[in-house]
Amino acid sequence: MAIKKFAVACFDDEAPLFAAVDKVRNSGYKLHDVYTPFPVHGLDVAMGHKDTDLHIAGFCFGLTGTATALGFMSWIFTSDWPINYAGKPFFALPAFIPITFELTVLFAAVGMVLTYCYLNQIMPGVKKHVFHPRQTDDYFVLVVEVPEGEPEGEIMEFLAGTNPLETNVQVAEDGWWFGRWDKDEDYTKNFA
Amino acid sequence: MHLKYESFVREPLITGDKTYAQVTEDICKPIEQKPSKLWYVGFVLSLLFLGFGVFSVFWEVYWGLGTWGINRTVGWGWDITNFVWWVGIGHAGTLISAILLLFRQGWRTGVNRAAEAMTIFAVMCAGQFPIFHMGRVWNAFYVLPLPNTRGPLWPNFNSALLWDVFAISTYFTVSLLFWYSGLVPDFATIRDRAKTKLRKRLYGLASFGWTGTAKNWQRFEALSLVLAGLSTPLVLSVHTIVSFDFATSVIPGWHATIFPPYFVAGAVFSGFAMVQTLLILVRKIYKMEDYITLGHIEAMNKVIVLTGSIVGVAYLTELFMAWYSQVHFEQEAFKYRVFGPYWWAYWAMMTCNVVSPQFFWFKKLRRNIVFTFILSIVVNIGMWFERFVIIVTTLANDFLPSSWTYYSPTWPELGFYLGTFGLFFTCFFLFSKYFPVIAIAEIKFTLKVSGDKYKRDMQRLDAMTTEEFLEEANHAH
Repeated sequence: MAIKKFAVACFDDEAPLFAAVDKVRNSGYKLHDVYTPFPVHGLDVAMGHKDTDLHIAGFCFGLTGTATALGFMSWIFTSDWPINYAGKPFFALPAFIPITFELTVLFAAVGMVLTYCYLNQIMPGVKKHVFHPRQTDDYFVLVVEVPEGEPEGEIMEFLAGTNPLETNVQVAEDGWWFGRWDKDEDYTKNFA
Repeated sequence: MHLKYESFVREPLITGDKTYAQVTEDICKPIEQKPSKLWYVGFVLSLLFLGFGVFSVFWEVYWGLGTWGINRTVGWGWDITNFVWWVGIGHAGTLISAILLLFRQGWRTGVNRAAEAMTIFAVMCAGQFPIFHMGRVWNAFYVLPLPNTRGPLWPNFNSALLWDVFAISTYFTVSLLFWYSGLVPDFATIRDRAKTKLRKRLYGLASFGWTGTAKNWQRFEALSLVLAGLSTPLVLSVHTIVSFDFATSVIPGWHATIFPPYFVAGAVFSGFAMVQTLLILVRKIYKMEDYITLGHIEAMNKVIVLTGSIVGVAYLTELFMAWYSQVHFEQEAFKYRVFGPYWWAYWAMMTCNVVSPQFFWFKKLRRNIVFTFILSIVVNIGMWFERFVIIVTTLANDFLPSSWTYYSPTWPELGFYLGTFGLFFTCFFLFSKYFPVIAIAEIKFTLKVSGDKYKRDMQRLDAMTTEEFLEEANHAH
């Protein structure tokens, strides 16, 4: 969480964006992030992101659900309070399957969504800097970090070479904070 | 050039030469405008129905279950009929959002948001019925496995009715999470183009601070895929478990192994009919004809004719098995079902569910909006009768002829049912005003593959030789 200076380039299509991402990665500049209005397939690979492990988390939560349901029902009906229901066995495994299945799904889904929110750092009340209001509409926004103490001129010239629609320089918080979206923060005054 | 190829033979899913910006504009417009007069009329009407429903339920809770028409012979009447009906309606939403995602059906993107909303509201309505059928509703929490002061006593985990509690609540929770995780990026879109402070603040809150980084989208896709994978068996399990409420009993007419697949097919059948009813209205009122095209309507009608036929086969199989089993009581149960005091319900069901969807074998009728709209309502009436037939006609002629009886509902039962319509449409009206009724991000994702503007270019690409195509692709950047 720090306030930094960023060079921003906007595109209106995926094709020039991919070319620009390649160029930035080969140039040695630090690619801060790319913001797109919808999932662009292959962009994560082009940016060098590893595959997400979210589904592994989901599997673990699911197993927890299975164990919880099976363990709980077995404990209740065999040791805590065994009841004879129409002469059926106390440990009636086939009858435990529906609830076991439901809890597996429930735990996996809830756990995964919470993990997803945690990893993406999203939650009601969270605020992040929006580099361009159209990044959730029709712009593909590429953001490069300007190293501390360096002028942005060279980077801007470099970004202009990727044929963007528009470029600009912004000073912004690079993480998240709690805030209201109808109020604008001004970072420039505490940025030396 | 976009390198994802879809043959031009396939019908475009988005018509009207859209760009990304135009998609955002079209879908966000109803949210940013004042609602029409029609909206207010519909909303107030829904609230009136809801109010009457609340009063009916209050009456039942205050005076007790005796205010309903159910009795010792027919212990389940309209309440459970309506419960099964509403749960079934919900199934289409999950089928569209989850199963069609796994099958990579592009047309789901135009309809999944509204269909999932329908699922959630339908399950909310369904849940009311078993709860208020308990009579002493303040003891409803007895179904939860809570440590309690009544002794360390637990609910019966071997009971199909308790499985229902887990199935319905899991289904509601997972559907809600799936739906909302897709809504978050769309709320961010509305937030970033909001002109008023209040809208910016509220949609900022609802969007969870989403900005759409590449990594976030990667996780978004992973989450959607796994949730779809979880929801697919879940939706099949939910109506399977609902059917267990009947199939695991020893009542002739209920005790049948065919129930789970037959109930699931019926649920998808009625759910798609309800999706048609709602979406034909939505596309008209909000001018979404470019996103919910005739192709979408036709695709859903194909599902209706398929599932309708499965249901028809199930009805006939039941009759055949009753005869073939040579079990006297089974045969009698079905004789009373078809020709007994409730014969009119059976034949209404047969006409609406088995005969009427067969019209959809004709392409002209599948693409006729007025016909589809009328038929979608007919199908839902038929599916309501199906549940009524299964529940009431079976119970009315039970083991002891001396206790046979005829059941008809009283006004609080009717009011309760109307009240759930009020609840459903109140929620749906609010949804259509404040939420994007079409998944904005997902539509944009399919735009350059299935948009008519981009598909026209496919004809040119299709005519190329491989060498020419590679030449163009390699020099595109």
